Amino acid sequence: MAAPMSFIDARPPPARRPDARSWLRENLFSSAGSTLATLLFAALLAWAAAVVLGWAVVHAVWVADADECQAARGIGACWGVIAEKGRLILLGRYPADESWRPVTATVLLLGLVVASCNRRLWNSWLALLWPAVSALYLWLMGGGAGLSRVATDLWGGLPLTVMLTVASLALAFPLAIVIALGRRSTMPAVRTLCIAYVELVRGVPLISVLFMASFMFPLFVPPGHSPDVLVRVVIGITLFAAAYMAEIVRGGLQSVPRGQVEAAASIGLTWWQAQRKIVLPQALAAVVPPIVNNFISLFKDTSLVTIVSLYELTGALSLALDSDPNWRPFKAEGYLFIAAIYFVFCFAMSRYSLRLEQRLARSHGR
Amino acid sequence: MSKAMARRRWIAVASACAFLALSAHAGKTLEAIKARGQLVCGVSSGVAGFSQANSAGQWSGLDVDICRALAASILGDAQKVKWVPLVSQQRFAALQSGEIDILSRNTTWTLTRDASLGLTFVGIDFYDGQAFMVPAKSKLKSARQLKNATICVQSGTTTEKNLSDFSRANKLNLKTVVFEQFEAANAAYFSGRCQAYTTDASALASVRSKEAKHPADHVVLPELISKEPLGPAVRRGDDEFFAIARWVLFGLMEAEEYGITQANVATLRESKDPVIGRLLGTTEDMGKPLGLDRQWLARALQATGNYGEIFERNVGPKSPLGLPRGMNNLWSHGGLHYAPPVR
Amino acid sequence: MAIAPRPAPSRRAKAASARARRRSAFYQLLAVAAVALLAWWLASTTLQNMRLRGIQSGFDFLWAPAGFEIGEGLLPYQSTDAYWRAFLAGLVNTLRVGVSGIVACTVLGTALGAGRFSANAIVRGVCWGYVELFRNIPLLLQMLTWYLVLTQFLPPIDEPARIAGWIVMSKNGVAFGAGEDSPTLSPEFLAVLLGLSLYTAAFVAEIVRAGIAAVPRGQMEAASALGLPSRRVMRLVVLPQALRIIVPPLTSQYLNLIKNSSLAVAVGYPDLVSIANTSLNQTGRAVECITIIMAVYLALSLLISVLMNRVNRGAAIKER
Repeated sequence: MAAPMSFIDARPPPARRPDARSWLRENLFSSAGSTLATLLFAALLAWAAAVVLGWAVVHAVWVADADECQAARGIGACWGVIAEKGRLILLGRYPADESWRPVTATVLLLGLVVASCNRRLWNSWLALLWPAVSALYLWLMGGGAGLSRVATDLWGGLPLTVMLTVASLALAFPLAIVIALGRRSTMPAVRTLCIAYVELVRGVPLISVLFMASFMFPLFVPPGHSPDVLVRVVIGITLFAAAYMAEIVRGGLQSVPRGQVEAAASIGLTWWQAQRKIVLPQALAAVVPPIVNNFISLFKDTSLVTIVSLYELTGALSLALDSDPNWRPFKAEGYLFIAAIYFVFCFAMSRYSLRLEQRLARSHGR
Repeated sequence: MSKAMARRRWIAVASACAFLALSAHAGKTLEAIKARGQLVCGVSSGVAGFSQANSAGQWSGLDVDICRALAASILGDAQKVKWVPLVSQQRFAALQSGEIDILSRNTTWTLTRDASLGLTFVGIDFYDGQAFMVPAKSKLKSARQLKNATICVQSGTTTEKNLSDFSRANKLNLKTVVFEQFEAANAAYFSGRCQAYTTDASALASVRSKEAKHPADHVVLPELISKEPLGPAVRRGDDEFFAIARWVLFGLMEAEEYGITQANVATLRESKDPVIGRLLGTTEDMGKPLGLDRQWLARALQATGNYGEIFERNVGPKSPLGLPRGMNNLWSHGGLHYAPPVR
Repeated sequence: MAIAPRPAPSRRAKAASARARRRSAFYQLLAVAAVALLAWWLASTTLQNMRLRGIQSGFDFLWAPAGFEIGEGLLPYQSTDAYWRAFLAGLVNTLRVGVSGIVACTVLGTALGAGRFSANAIVRGVCWGYVELFRNIPLLLQMLTWYLVLTQFLPPIDEPARIAGWIVMSKNGVAFGAGEDSPTLSPEFLAVLLGLSLYTAAFVAEIVRAGIAAVPRGQMEAASALGLPSRRVMRLVVLPQALRIIVPPLTSQYLNLIKNSSLAVAVGYPDLVSIANTSLNQTGRAVECITIIMAVYLALSLLISVLMNRVNRGAAIKER
């Protein structure tokens, strides 16, 4: 017969709620190695912070004076270069007196994107809002009825970055759904075509797609019908983004339980009706966080269009500073400025995506 | 097969035929320009003296003036030009695809470009050569002293090949750092990454005057290591537009030879000289064979002046570039410009 | 107990399934025909455009002498060599920076990912800060910044700095040896390598962190119960199990690194894309050069995928 179970003495209750001292002891000074690491890193961080603050804040030059900046070279940052060239960097070569137009247009577009991520707002109003805001955007940026015309090669800076990202993703989305559905099709020819497209596009770098759009696209269409450079680049990035989005949507489609499809068949819905009304809404709701991550990486990838001479944020910086010998030495400050802009945007979007993911996990009861 | 399927098949076939029909049609440049009311001119994104825009968006330069003269001849107004700034990698593709009508972008005339890129050069508007620029404190006096040096170049130009030929011929073992963008190459040279910078001598003068903090700190070495005849180019297959562009260029040079300037076009209309009469269209209509009216050259001269005036205004000794006429003078003054007669 | 056989399908059911099969075949035919028609139309318009413009086509230019120098590389190359050799030199340069980048980012990324589980809060914070910082700034911007820093702060070419007598640092790069032809790491190579490794290491760190977090806590507790110190717990128990989760996304990060090395053209490093760009401009054969770029990158992607699949199979848990 096994020994009877005996009670073990109850452990004492935890001393108090963890307070500062115990947290410090556990997290910073728990062992000799940890203590050493704490002291080392703390010293390094303090020294780095002192140097950086000294350069960037204390000794920095805030006015747009090239001589003062030159005098402070090496000792203090020249933020005057931002004061002087800030508009050129942020808005590119857009005419200065029409600056309110790209700003308004970009804010509208970003608002629409943030609204579209919220599942509760998914209804036919949103579907109508997309073409309406797109038309409004094109009117504000390009001109036409009532506003002066601005040619597309003058569009630049941050509005161009946002526009390329949003336009490519919005256009790639329907294409990605079609390819993802085709990838899961039972028809071997359709499936092979979709797999071939996705693998082909994912295997080549974006820069080669941009070169193709810029050099080869005019040869693909009848002579004289070659569209604008901006349109060509948007088409190139769209085809590129569609392959990555297709894989994401496919993951979402796979996450919908088979029982849903079978139940739809049992109540008499055809394949297309089942996909449209039952499968796709659930699949798309599940993949909103990965799509936001895709948005972030596409946002960063648009910096490549500098190489086909569209002057988005990174290109506008080169344009503003490279040809001006007075301000060219202060390129580092310019790089830091646009790095900060990219960081703020991408960090905010990634935090938003994290929150969406958490909300999704909660709503599924996981 | 069902009616729906048959209908779908026919639609596919019909649209294929429509696309084929479109692709068989070749554009006529002159008609397109007249219909559009604008000449689309491909220029560089900013080479001082050749094609550069100021902060108000006004373009000026030698290449720009050639396009203005052409627009004045065809459309009657030198301002009816759309300027398309192009980087060197895109320039030929833009011309080939029909995005621009004429490429006036200090482009060197070579066999490869003439024969295998689907374009043809109209003439030479600037005789140039490739040279090196070094910092003055390197105390170099000749390009042959650049042994084992690191040189910055821009990709997509004749510069790379000329540099390697020069390096091999003089056993200099030069190392190249090749940049995609003109501005990146400049920035690398001025930051000290390379010991020398090489491109056409005229572009070096432009870079030195515009981009160097103190132009006196940089010196252009005297050797011209290649021939760089620069000129405008048009698409192959459109002889009509080619003839117009060519003869506007020659006309500007002929006008300098016979003393017609921007200022005296009006007064010289009364002249009895048969050559001037032909050039200005008062005695004979030289525009008719070209498909233009008789005032074609007179308008161009009123818009931009003759070749000498264009040169002086943009790149001459009094301009920021300060280049001497040298090879770019008329044949009668010891230079190389020899225009066939307008008759 | 035998169940009664199902009755044979009725004639109506058989006809319905035959109709479904015919419908499926028709849709497939339509899809293939549409794609074939598009491909044929693209090809014929391109060829017609090229004929109209007098643009020559064909891969025969690969055997013509290239005529341009390549600034650096492991493959011996002269300007009199053929274009195909220039492309090969570009490929070797791409592999040079790609393989170095993969090694560097794996080492750094693993250290950062494991560091997120450190007992020390500062170490955890530094690792988190690194990941957030380097992930949210575009790679092109990072490469350009490194290039700017290197060309500004390295000593001038005429007055190089010497370390330990035989490492020579100047704006020409870091040379190991004083001679003219000693192995040198140029600022272009260093800028591309630093940009690629530091950027990809941030993503690798996140992948490693997710992999380690996916290993059940019981494993770590059991290992400490056995008396293993925490370093050996990580190495012998946690990481091998985490590898299963890590390898597939790690493969796609390696592929991304190789593809991102094409950005080297912006800082002047002569990789495959830069050489193809130069050839494209010298010969005018845009279609051929871009096709070569795409084909080579596809082949590289396939190669890495195959290799990593083998690693994945090795890392898989061999279940009974």
